[in-house]
Amino acid sequence: MSTLVYINSSNGIGKAALEVVSYAKKLGSDVTVVANGSADEAALAYLGEYGASKVMVDRSVEDPQQITRMVNAAAEATGANTVVFSHDLTAKAVAPRLSVKMKAGLVSGAVAVPEGDKVKVNVFSGKAFGHVKINTDKKIISLLPNSIQPEGGGSACSVEDFASNAGDAAIKVLETKKPEGEIPLPEAELVVSAGRGLKGPENWGMVEELASELGAATACSRPVADIGWRPHHEHVGQTGVAIRPNLYIAAGISGAIQHLAGVNGSKVIVVVNTDSEAPFFKAADYGIVGDAFEVIPRLTEAVKKFKSSN
Amino acid sequence: MKLLVCISKSPDTTSKIAFTEGNSKFDENGVQYIVNPYDEWYALVRALELKEAGGGSVTICTVGSAADDSVIRKALAIGADEAVRIDAEPTDAYYTAMQIAEYAKANEFDLVLTGKETINYNGSQVGGMLAEALDVPFISLASKLEVNGSTATVESEIPGGVQVSEVSIPAVISCAKGMAEQRIPNMRGIMAARTKPLNVVAAADVPSLTSFESYDLPPAKAACKMIDPENMDELVSLLHNEAKVI
Ligand SMILES: Cc1cc2nc3c(=O)[nH]c(=O)nc-3n(C[C@H](O)[C@H](O)[C@H](O)COP(=O)(O)OP(=O)(O)OC[C@H]3O[C@@H](n4cnc5c(N)ncnc54)[C@H](O)[C@@H]3O)c2cc1C
Ligand SMILES: Nc1ncnc2c1ncn2[C@@H]1O[C@H](COP(=O)(O)O)[C@@H](O)[C@H]1O
Repeated sequence: MSTLVYINSSNGIGKAALEVVSYAKKLGSDVTVVANGSADEAALAYLGEYGASKVMVDRSVEDPQQITRMVNAAAEATGANTVVFSHDLTAKAVAPRLSVKMKAGLVSGAVAVPEGDKVKVNVFSGKAFGHVKINTDKKIISLLPNSIQPEGGGSACSVEDFASNAGDAAIKVLETKKPEGEIPLPEAELVVSAGRGLKGPENWGMVEELASELGAATACSRPVADIGWRPHHEHVGQTGVAIRPNLYIAAGISGAIQHLAGVNGSKVIVVVNTDSEAPFFKAADYGIVGDAFEVIPRLTEAVKKFKSSN
Repeated sequence: MKLLVCISKSPDTTSKIAFTEGNSKFDENGVQYIVNPYDEWYALVRALELKEAGGGSVTICTVGSAADDSVIRKALAIGADEAVRIDAEPTDAYYTAMQIAEYAKANEFDLVLTGKETINYNGSQVGGMLAEALDVPFISLASKLEVNGSTATVESEIPGGVQVSEVSIPAVISCAKGMAEQRIPNMRGIMAARTKPLNVVAAADVPSLTSFESYDLPPAKAACKMIDPENMDELVSLLHNEAKVI
């Protein structure tokens, strides 16, 4: 019995990678990692500290079909009966393909370690949990980022080159556009978000200042992105990005159900709204009934003060 | 160009989420179904735009029971040429994808579009499974799509940015925000939808690989702690000492 973990190391080894290795370790059998991407040997060996006994790497592999073939080849080579992914963009393209290739049942977006043979996932946009049974011997699980704490303490493991014979890439990448220096929203642990209550795009300076003081990413409600006050990639909610940061601060957002669908997985929610009846307060942990134009700058000052005294 | 758009239903977002039969089944009592917004706003509308620009046909396909016909008619009202309902309960993503794959293999489409995900169960599985079964490329979470002859140029999400890539067709593409603008069906569309073909085809014999055994609702949230808007030092101290998030 063994478990295989897939990791894309193109952007280095992030927290999500440590989470999936720790998760695989909790499944109780030997853990092998199969990786592509450019992370160096030391970075890959570090996964041993979280429970991997070996890392196999094929740096020539890039597109989802190649990754599918590589992971399938690694599963055959190691005899793995479970494959674990982090439920990120790569997994969304690869895990379903692999499910068909291996004829292995797939649970995507797991939020906890399986209890018996059931895996817990979010359903109905985070409004409920489902417990899914995989009916095949071979199983695939993709773990929602930020669901478990990585557990280190082991020692570095060996890293081997793996010639997976993954064939040619079918997708040709023409261009990659990445805003420099910004924290990608889905990975951010702290998020400051604002909505139509801010009246106009010229008022986002205070939101950005608070975010930069906290080291947070910025987000917005859908109408704000639709009218063009903020870029589309900041739109969170049912039809935008779904996020689950540790802290979500929402100013001037009413808390419509479609907005909540994308943020209700946040650990702690702070709501600033002039209207004490705003529905968002029902989903909040801390609420401030007040004018965002006064409260946000005041909060920024308080954060500054806190940081300088800590 | 022959386009196939996979259409699923989802409960209207204001629906009350509840479960019956010992928490093993979604309680459909009083639930209104709509076309899954990703399928409707992004996949279907983009398919219609491509057809309007370059000719061809748009077929919509749903794996579901007769109860889903009203949702299918809603999608037809937006402008698809014809609909196919594969007559089966979509038990899991694999089962659903294999049904659509059987149909797509027999009918040779140039492009198959799906939504980004259904908001109820599966979470971004059907499109990739379908692509593997058809042995064609799959681009997930596309926000732009152009077709030039036998290649498609697609902009899609990557961590913290977007990627522009090129792929030969046939291909499967899952559609997310940015792809197209929502279209509101007009009276003519709604009338026309009543007489458009809705072909019901028998299900293929394929297995389900997973099953939902039970559901539960998250524990009720503790009451929100109200903070004096003048006292943001208190909020910072609570976030640090009590919530431990900063
Ligand atoms: C199918 C569907 C999908 C949708 N998907 C999404 C989605 O993904 N994401 C999303 O966000 N929305 C989505 N929506 C829209 C959603 O229903 C709401 O309309 C939207 O979230 C409202 O945005 P808002 O809170 O910014 O604006 P409003 O509802 O206009 O709220 C503004 C709030 O600001 C407060 N306010 C005003 N002035 C101040 C001030 N000075 N200081 C503090 N507070 C102030 C007001 O009291 C009010 O509560 C969707 C809708 C539908 C039908
Ligand atoms: N029962 C179904 N019939 C047709 N298409 C479906 C069905 N279920 C899912 N899909 C398509 O697959 C996409 C992804 O669904 P999912 O994998 O369930 O998140 C949806 O946006 C639809 O386009």
